[in-house]
Amino acid sequence: MNAQSLLIETDIERYLELHRNKSLLRFITCGSVDDGKSTLIGRLLYESKALLDDQLGALDADSKRFGTQGDALDFALLVDGLSAEREQGITIDVAYRFFATERRKFIVADTPGHEQYTRNMITGASTADVAVILVDARKGVLTQTRRHSYLASLVGIRRVVLAVNKLDCVDYSREVFDAIERDYRAFAARLDIAEIVAIPLSALRGDNILEASAQTPWYSGPSLLQHLEQVHIDSANDSGPLRLPVQWVNRPNLDFRGFSGRILGGRVRPGDAVRVLPSGRQSTVARIVTLDGDLAEAGNGQSVTLTLSDEIDISRGDVICAAADPAGLADQFEVHLVWMDEQPLLPGRSYLVKLGASLVGASIGAPKYLVDVNTLEHLAAKTLQLNETGVCTLTLDCAVAFDAYAQNRDMGSFIVIDRLTNQTVGAGMLHFALRRSQNIHWQAVEVDKSARRRQNGHAPCVLWLTGLSGSGKSTIANIVERQLHALGARTYLLDGDNVRHGLSKDLGFTAADRVENIRRIGEVARLMVDAGLIVITAFISPFRSERDLARHMVEDGEFVEIFVDTPLSVVEQRDPKGLYKKARKGELKNFTGIDSPYEVPERAELHIDTMQSDPETAASAIVEYLVERGVVKLPS
Amino acid sequence: MPALTHLQRLEAESIDILREAVAEAERPVMLYSIGKDSAVMLHLARKAFFPSRPPFPLLHVDTTWKFRAMYAMRERMAHDAGMELLVHRNPEAVRLGINPFTHGSALHTDVWKTQGLKQALDQHGFDVAFGGARRDEEKSRAKERVFSFRSAHHRWDPKNQRPELWRLYNARRNPGESIRVFPLSNWTELDVWQYIRQEAITIVPLYFAAQRPVVERDGQLLMVDDERFVLREGEAAQLRSVRFRTLGCYPLTAAVESTADTLPAIIQEMLLARTTERQGRLIDQDSNGSMEKKKTEGYF
Repeated sequence: MNAQSLLIETDIERYLELHRNKSLLRFITCGSVDDGKSTLIGRLLYESKALLDDQLGALDADSKRFGTQGDALDFALLVDGLSAEREQGITIDVAYRFFATERRKFIVADTPGHEQYTRNMITGASTADVAVILVDARKGVLTQTRRHSYLASLVGIRRVVLAVNKLDCVDYSREVFDAIERDYRAFAARLDIAEIVAIPLSALRGDNILEASAQTPWYSGPSLLQHLEQVHIDSANDSGPLRLPVQWVNRPNLDFRGFSGRILGGRVRPGDAVRVLPSGRQSTVARIVTLDGDLAEAGNGQSVTLTLSDEIDISRGDVICAAADPAGLADQFEVHLVWMDEQPLLPGRSYLVKLGASLVGASIGAPKYLVDVNTLEHLAAKTLQLNETGVCTLTLDCAVAFDAYAQNRDMGSFIVIDRLTNQTVGAGMLHFALRRSQNIHWQAVEVDKSARRRQNGHAPCVLWLTGLSGSGKSTIANIVERQLHALGARTYLLDGDNVRHGLSKDLGFTAADRVENIRRIGEVARLMVDAGLIVITAFISPFRSERDLARHMVEDGEFVEIFVDTPLSVVEQRDPKGLYKKARKGELKNFTGIDSPYEVPERAELHIDTMQSDPETAASAIVEYLVERGVVKLPS
Repeated sequence: MPALTHLQRLEAESIDILREAVAEAERPVMLYSIGKDSAVMLHLARKAFFPSRPPFPLLHVDTTWKFRAMYAMRERMAHDAGMELLVHRNPEAVRLGINPFTHGSALHTDVWKTQGLKQALDQHGFDVAFGGARRDEEKSRAKERVFSFRSAHHRWDPKNQRPELWRLYNARRNPGESIRVFPLSNWTELDVWQYIRQEAITIVPLYFAAQRPVVERDGQLLMVDDERFVLREGEAAQLRSVRFRTLGCYPLTAAVESTADTLPAIIQEMLLARTTERQGRLIDQDSNGSMEKKKTEGYF
């Protein structure tokens, strides 16, 4: 029986008091396949008595059935929780484990080492205080060791344990251990890591896990658990200025208006002067309200509800800051981005970004450079693929409160969400705000859109025709323009081929270039709508998100999406320009409908089935729609 | 200010999760199973939204086979919290009289709980459902996100989970999808007990040892809670000092012999015990990956 169980048995009250005051350390384990990560975690759980008889019984049975250790316990099976993992003998997702010693409670993020699952490592590292990086003593520092170390330092982990595992396989050789430590320190000198502690281990045999091993008399440092119990937990935000992003406005009745959120930096007391961003309004804290009564003070990490002494308008996403040292406010940043989706980053596409409690529209520029996570080299790149990381410009639809990631991890981190799939496709860290956008102010003009509208006698809008090549978009667009012109409307037709000869002649047909092409057209259309015109566009525009991007550039109701719907088999047979034939032969790459997808509109204002109506009828239907909507009037 | 203890950190994180989910949800609900984890979750919800009442109803997916003491506690807690309590009983299960004695634990659990839960969520159109599951309970739970998405058919796809970074939860749903949110993800069984003690949270008396009528069957102690208990030949209820580490349907929940009738005694017993709390649940022991399988099918 160890000291802990003895205390539990003899003085449970004392034990509970000790446990109540334990600190919490979160760490991440990472390494390549077969470095023995799962074995190490299983061993930690076993040694810290976090495993109970029924789990050990199940482990014993599983070890015999799936195990790789003969009749001995295979600790890896404890943590490889999903059936798919047991079958393939790999770990496919980040898992969280819990154990406690006499000094600390631990949360371990177990992250896989496979290349395709690097995003999981970033996920686990984002909340970790320490990284335990495993190296197989027989293999030394590998590409993946470098990758994991780089990613750990990228997300701000400053303390690393280099766990040189499987030392039993090299006869507990000091020379092997020293050489690996030397190699690693040489590499890690290029990273922003404050502390590296190298420990010789055998997770399988339990050497230097709990106590110093007799097998390594030449090693005088701490065992892994001893080190994890002592390592300093950085909490820089405790002493920083107050940051409280408002999650929820608390209004139980007309007499109470509180702002609920978690303190992500500094501390707060009633009477403190605060500044609310983005509005910049100032007030003072009246009360810190909790179910257990008002608090005299609250600090970093606590979830509280504040009331202020002035009635100022505050909503979800706003940040309550120390008045003397408020967060920054900006809408354009240099960021370090990690891409996490199968679909690569499309520079210029409209994404959503979640930062604190704010969710805002955003676009990301082409990477300034990509970082080769193996060599740390900066490489030129047009996009970021799954698991790639690089430095980009992030532009938001509105200004948000922030701190640089290096100052405050919670105020300087964000995730990128795809508008269509709603997947989390990227994660990033804010380096600094780019002030250039703030130097260009909008020029206020006296003759505005409504003035032009009165003179023109009709409202401006964009008629956005989308459909496969050869579906009849241009033909219909021409007739619509002719009919509108006859009604006295001021019109302009932007045609796909014509634009490609001028405005977009530097662009190709890759997905990224298509996005940029549509962005330019959308911008031109927006200017023309501002000028009071009815703009007719005829582009394949195969991606929903780009059509939505163009939609969001003009005001609500000014964008009319028209789906010119002709089956692929029909357009391919028509093939007026011979393009489908070329694409089928492979002479044209990225051709919509053949080797590039067409995403059918889900909320088009008009759907034209060209199998049911000829171009004249289709055009008339469009003009009728505009008359019904009051955009244009028929001559009386 | 002294640094936060781990219980304070866990509490703050859970409150953060509850508020974030409510802010992003259209129709949130809290699944209330009457057990100790539900009691802690409900307590945290009262803290998170105080002085407002938690802005969602409680939902109990009933099987009609819970312990009588649980039903009594259910009414009391909802009343004390001032929250609406919805009780759903799968009408099909009512009609067929599904019970663990004649239909077996697997079918009983599937029809009453898994199907019943789906029906209730669909019927009310809830898009976010809070559950009291913890990652330390079971291996497949260890890999589940705090915000865990379910398809329109309530299925969980463990290989296609959204990465969760920092404190940033992506709560954007696709049409038909719903989210199970687990505010207690990072709590352990010990944390839950310590918090119950620290906050003096009321729990069902069955957690404390008392003389109760039980029969010993297949090495497990089952409590004869009402007249529906089908005694096998030679079985007779006898009074023993027992308590429950986990609560569910009484015919499927084994008791342990114990004299622990205070919280410290319970915690002491738990720490010295060499089996996990789920061992008392007969439904988990079917086969390897059984919880993962149930979850992909929609079990909470």
